[in-house]
Amino acid sequence: MVIRGAEAEVEVLEDRVIKRRREKKYRIKVLDEMIRKKRTRMEARIISQARRAGVATPIIYDVTGDTIVMERIRGELLRNCINEELSRAVGENVAILHENRIIHGDLTPKNILVTDSGLYFIDFGLAFFDERIEPMGMDLHVYFESLKADFDNHIELRLAFLEGYSGFSRYSQVVRRVEEIEERGRYRA
Amino acid sequence: MLVLGIEGTAWNLSASVVDENDVIVQVSDQYVPSSGGIHPREAAQHHSSKISEVLKKVFNSVDPESIDGVAFSIGPGMGPCLRVVATAGRAISLALDVPLVGVNHCVAHIEAGMWKTDAVDPVILYVSGGNSQVISRRGNYYRVFGETLDIGIGNALDKLGREMGLSHPGGPKIEKLAREGKRYHSLPYSVKGMDFSFSGLVTSAKTLLQKGIKREDLCFSFQETAFSMLVEVTERAMAYLDKDEVLLVGGVGANSRLRQMLSVMCSDRSARFHCPPDHLMGDNGAMIAHTGMKMLTHGLKTDIESSKVKPDYRVDEVEIPW
Repeated sequence: MVIRGAEAEVEVLEDRVIKRRREKKYRIKVLDEMIRKKRTRMEARIISQARRAGVATPIIYDVTGDTIVMERIRGELLRNCINEELSRAVGENVAILHENRIIHGDLTPKNILVTDSGLYFIDFGLAFFDERIEPMGMDLHVYFESLKADFDNHIELRLAFLEGYSGFSRYSQVVRRVEEIEERGRYRA
Repeated sequence: MLVLGIEGTAWNLSASVVDENDVIVQVSDQYVPSSGGIHPREAAQHHSSKISEVLKKVFNSVDPESIDGVAFSIGPGMGPCLRVVATAGRAISLALDVPLVGVNHCVAHIEAGMWKTDAVDPVILYVSGGNSQVISRRGNYYRVFGETLDIGIGNALDKLGREMGLSHPGGPKIEKLAREGKRYHSLPYSVKGMDFSFSGLVTSAKTLLQKGIKREDLCFSFQETAFSMLVEVTERAMAYLDKDEVLLVGGVGANSRLRQMLSVMCSDRSARFHCPPDHLMGDNGAMIAHTGMKMLTHGLKTDIESSKVKPDYRVDEVEIPW
């Protein structure tokens, strides 16, 4: 089975997953290769770091150029089965990521799997290391936006997430920043 | 049905009359800054000195008595400019005794695109001076999926243009120079989830300019970096929302390199790429008139008392009943 995402082509085999960053024909070659190589390397590093910090992610088997080979996780997409309890668990995991200064970069229910042993974060394609409040606020903002775009009970799901996230040492700073971010990006006269 | 639309959120003052099918007449007059970028007060002075001339030209081809409604852009935009347009709208509506309707400028851009292309349910890339957003319809609202965290792409291009000593608007001149550029210089590529930012790009570009790199190469590198970011987020929204159409709207949509990149991205994923004709691409009166007509036929009008301008009006605040 091959899943063709916007960013990468993911080949799902019996025991492993091969993720190859797709060439983007709209970008000039030099910029395209720069972006793909940089993101592949960064993604592999972050997947293993998150795992060590206690967030469930696939085991990395190999990294070369634009390709990562990793463990196959079997589960249901969070997007198809999200509820308040699961959204709270997302919050708990994101608190751990942020405590380890990992910014997910694309925190949506499409990038998380639900398994018998809990949530698995399977896509760190846009992740990066950063200790500023701003990108942490962005993570939450992106998650809340994707909830808003897809679920009618997005307010309850947001509140549940925040409960889970409240264990993070800089919780109130991040939440304040999210509110600021929501006010931004407007027409500046 | 005939509706008059008046647009003047930024530098272009434009008035137009449309019917259900097409644009009947459209007259525009652009404010040109004497130096630097758009100054809101000067732009407003331009609009107020030109508005009667623009309207007179419109009424030369359409009898004012035949107008069924008056639409004006109520926001978002520069406050002083919006107030000139709102005042004109109120006056004409009272004089002709026809309903008044305040139109959201961003919704109007989208609706004009929906009107004059075959787009059905697209991901919309809206790019102009002050706005850069990736938008999609959900239920009775347009939702913003991603947007700039600081300045609009048009504004970023203008800033670079000014730094290079190009007159306003810088975008078209940068596009021309970029065509001659060959060497790519690395610039900050800033996509954060579904959002993006351009101010770091402008700062780095200034530094490269001071180092004396070729202007053509700088413009080329700037466009390639900034547009790649916009196209990437557009594609991400399509993948996430399972949509196979893109609609490009807003003034920067006139840039042929941006169009080319979107069209390559679309054909790569068997999606369709739409973009409205040039006279409906940048800020224009017809998009306001057309959207105003849709609103009026759905019973939405704006009383004089509640016609105060909304400089921070967002596209996702507007309920869309059609």
